[in-house]
Amino acid sequence: MSALARALGFSVAMILAFAAITYVLPQVKGEAPEEEEMVIGELTMDSFVALGEKLYQGKGTCTLCHNSLGRAPDMLTYDVQSTSLERIADSRYQGQAGDAESYLRESMLEPSAYVVEGFGKKGSNDTESPMPAVNQPPIQLSDIETDAIIAFLQQKDGNPVTVALPSADAAPAVEAENTAAAPALAQNAEEAIAKFGCAACHAILGSESPVGPSLKDVGQRLQPDQIRISIIDPKAEIAQGFPPIMPEFPNMALAELEMVVQYLSQQTGAQP
Amino acid sequence: MSGISITLQRFRNASFRRRLLTLLLVAMFGLGAVMLAPVATADTHASEQHSAALDSAAGNPETALEALPAPKPKRGDYPNIGTSSRAIVWVFAQMHLFFGALVLAVPIFVLVIEFIGFKTRDDRYDDMAHEFMKISLTAYAITALFGGTLALSLFLLYPQFMTYMMRAFGSQVLIYALLFFLESMLLYIYYYGWDALRYGNRKWVHLTLGLLLNGVGSTLLVVANSWSTFMMAPSGIDPASGAITGSLWEIMKGPLWNPLNLHRFLANIAFGGAVVGAYAAFKFLAAKSAAEKAHYDWMGYTSNFVAILAFLPLPFAGYWLMAEVYAYSQQMGILAMGGILAWLFVIQAVLICTILLAANYYLWNGMARTDGGERYRWMIKYIALVLIMGFLVWITPHNVIYSGSEIARLGGSAHPVLGPLGIMPAKNIAVFLMLVMTFLSFQLYRRADKEITVNWRHWGNALMIAIYIVACVNIVFAGVYYGYFTNTVYKVGSSVLQVMSTVVVIVSGVVIDTLMFKGAKKLPVNWGMVSNRSQYALFALPIAFTWLMALMGYIRSSVRTHWHVYAVMKDNSPDNFIPPLATVGNMVTGITLLFLVFVLFIFWIANLSGTRQLPPQPQGDVALAGGGK
Ligand code: HEC
Ligand code: HEM
Repeated sequence: MSALARALGFSVAMILAFAAITYVLPQVKGEAPEEEEMVIGELTMDSFVALGEKLYQGKGTCTLCHNSLGRAPDMLTYDVQSTSLERIADSRYQGQAGDAESYLRESMLEPSAYVVEGFGKKGSNDTESPMPAVNQPPIQLSDIETDAIIAFLQQKDGNPVTVALPSADAAPAVEAENTAAAPALAQNAEEAIAKFGCAACHAILGSESPVGPSLKDVGQRLQPDQIRISIIDPKAEIAQGFPPIMPEFPNMALAELEMVVQYLSQQTGAQP
Repeated sequence: MSGISITLQRFRNASFRRRLLTLLLVAMFGLGAVMLAPVATADTHASEQHSAALDSAAGNPETALEALPAPKPKRGDYPNIGTSSRAIVWVFAQMHLFFGALVLAVPIFVLVIEFIGFKTRDDRYDDMAHEFMKISLTAYAITALFGGTLALSLFLLYPQFMTYMMRAFGSQVLIYALLFFLESMLLYIYYYGWDALRYGNRKWVHLTLGLLLNGVGSTLLVVANSWSTFMMAPSGIDPASGAITGSLWEIMKGPLWNPLNLHRFLANIAFGGAVVGAYAAFKFLAAKSAAEKAHYDWMGYTSNFVAILAFLPLPFAGYWLMAEVYAYSQQMGILAMGGILAWLFVIQAVLICTILLAANYYLWNGMARTDGGERYRWMIKYIALVLIMGFLVWITPHNVIYSGSEIARLGGSAHPVLGPLGIMPAKNIAVFLMLVMTFLSFQLYRRADKEITVNWRHWGNALMIAIYIVACVNIVFAGVYYGYFTNTVYKVGSSVLQVMSTVVVIVSGVVIDTLMFKGAKKLPVNWGMVSNRSQYALFALPIAFTWLMALMGYIRSSVRTHWHVYAVMKDNSPDNFIPPLATVGNMVTGITLLFLVFVLFIFWIANLSGTRQLPPQPQGDVALAGGGK
């Protein structure tokens, strides 16, 4: 019987020895990508480029392939701008791009449009790229995020950044899948104004509240940009004669903000 | 209208499918309950409650379910039961896989052994095959129990995911249910009919039953595999929305299905052989008489033989699987082999090397059973040397990327000194040389009890030695040349040459030996004359196998990262991250220990059924007779 007990002890010891190896190896946790919080109105070119770099190494998983191991061109080691122009000039080039920016965007959205020599899928003779389109699952970058990476790639070699900062209407509603039970988005401006309770202080949509300035003619007084700023950052400029009590709306989605801004800029005081 | 078409029509009806599934769950539990009544009662109860819940949830419209996009659950939509849902499903899934593997694999080699016994008219084979089946039968009830519990926990903890899986695979439930009932029926008839259908024409009936059993079992395996491969590389759906567009066949026949089928089929046999080998070792150590020792020594040897034979082609199947993963998504392949999961392959290397060393050690020890073994003893130390060097090269990491952001900070990740040893071609050299050496041990073992008499024996031996030398040179040359002196694109060329060389050694070794053994003088083999120490190899084998299987199952699961169904249905549950290695190690270790406990239970039951209490003697003393034969 003791031979059996010893065999059992041996077995358990072996199991634990395997476990011990996992303790010795480095401990890394792979988090699922978080949806980036960004307030379009507050983006500067610097923070946009920084966002691009973060995406390049994080959510975009670009460095998984684009690194020094020869799986894909290591874009951190060459001038992406001038290389892009060489690619376009290549006789094999069949794509639509006319400049570096559009070449980079094309490379990311339609990787097979042009395949860098030697990097094509096995057996495809460099006609098919192994790189996934970055706006599709599993990477799923938004247009803005794609632009941010282009900005990063342009700036890293000191080239001028040609992508424009995102304009608000290019932004689709930020997906909020990871936040627990995000409230439903308002469908139109009236709903958004009701949802965020603007009418509690302002005269708008049948309200005559005198706490804040009337919004019925705000389109006459302010430019859309000013309206946007007043909502994003109410304390930036306080209208004369009113108390500085307007709250911020951190939960207002970009799409809702835009609907409200557009609606308000049409309020010129005239009766419809 | 015929009955069948009515059934089929009803089958298109989702609530009918749900009821059928519930029935299946209840049946699986019920089956477990027959064998393990006290353990099972609580679960049966739970599944009945579940059935009520399913029925009341069946109120949704049933048209065009397939056209719906994949569900997009938010974090709050996942039931929160206080502990990690993933851990629960992980344990049940892996336990179910272990026992499923055992139950499906054992009848495969049992049938072969039975057939050998039939052909050679040697009853020892038949008895051994029957005894192997006894283990499989006990394991079957446990498989069903864990299967039912797994399905139940998935439906309760991941309802949206299971909704989607049912949408894709719903029409398969009927097939699965049918297979499951057939499997149960055939298994019981095959086992309990053994002695009734033992000789003459009746034996043919029994062998046919065995063949049917294996046919059904293998079909069950590939059906179940399609769920895993669908989650990794979905097919038959609209990739943008996840809506079901294809037929059931298109959904099942994804790009990874066949590679996984082959790999699991082989791995299951190797695993099954290893587990019953441990049973033989367990009985060997407990044996009192020389006859018993001889029987269980022989049984252990046969199990080990089965395990090694199925094991040798596994790396090739593994490479095929990985190659298909790369072809499907390079990103997924790199994530597994070069990304955050790469460290796991260091452990895989340790485990596989443990298996190889244990198998070789057992073979070397086994040579002591016959006097002829002395002739080859001198070679063992060289084989051992190659194995150990191979092991060291294999576990040397080359590039280890921590995460996307860390690689940038480290500026590349190749180790300056060890790097060249750690790259794939060097590893391939190590792996293939180890395989060739294991085959050499195996071949020497088989020659140990023979005096070869054919007159061309010197030529035959010279040819065999030449094949070994050429193969080893080829393996080293291909690895070095393609690995270090050509660019990336040609590197894959190296493994083709290496695989071919290894296969040539194995195939020509078997062929040459078979021819040379014609009329060979048999030296006496003293079964039972092995050391107790050698039996430890028979424990090491299944332990390493079990750990390996749990680890690989985890890798297969985690390359999906934060997706339930890769690139189609996101996993937003609190567990959608890749856990640190030590957590994985804890889980895998816990699961392996749990498996060990259940296996001991099975051995104990199998032993119990062979134990008979003698009737009380007039003197009043009660004796227990030992089991076995
Ligand atoms: C699965 C591996 C993989 C991933 C992940 C990947 N790429 Fe690529 N990428 C490649 C390969 C291989 C090439 C070269 C073949 C080609 O031109 O398509 C390439 C080419 C490119 C090119 C063209 C380079 C040139 O010099 O012409 C750009 C730009 C690019 N990738 C950007 C990205 C960005 C940005 C990301 C992350 C969002 C990314 N890639 C993620 C594999 C990958
Ligand atoms: C060296 C190349 C190999 C690679 C790349 C590889 C890869 C894989 C992968 C990805 C899986 C997950 C499949 C799953 O569980 O669903 C797997 C499973 C498995 N592998 Fe391998 N493998 C290799 C070699 C081996 C070898 C040599 C063995 C032999 C011990 C082995 C034994 C197993 C086992 C037991 C499983 C679990 C099978 C199951 O769950 O049914 N593999 N392998």
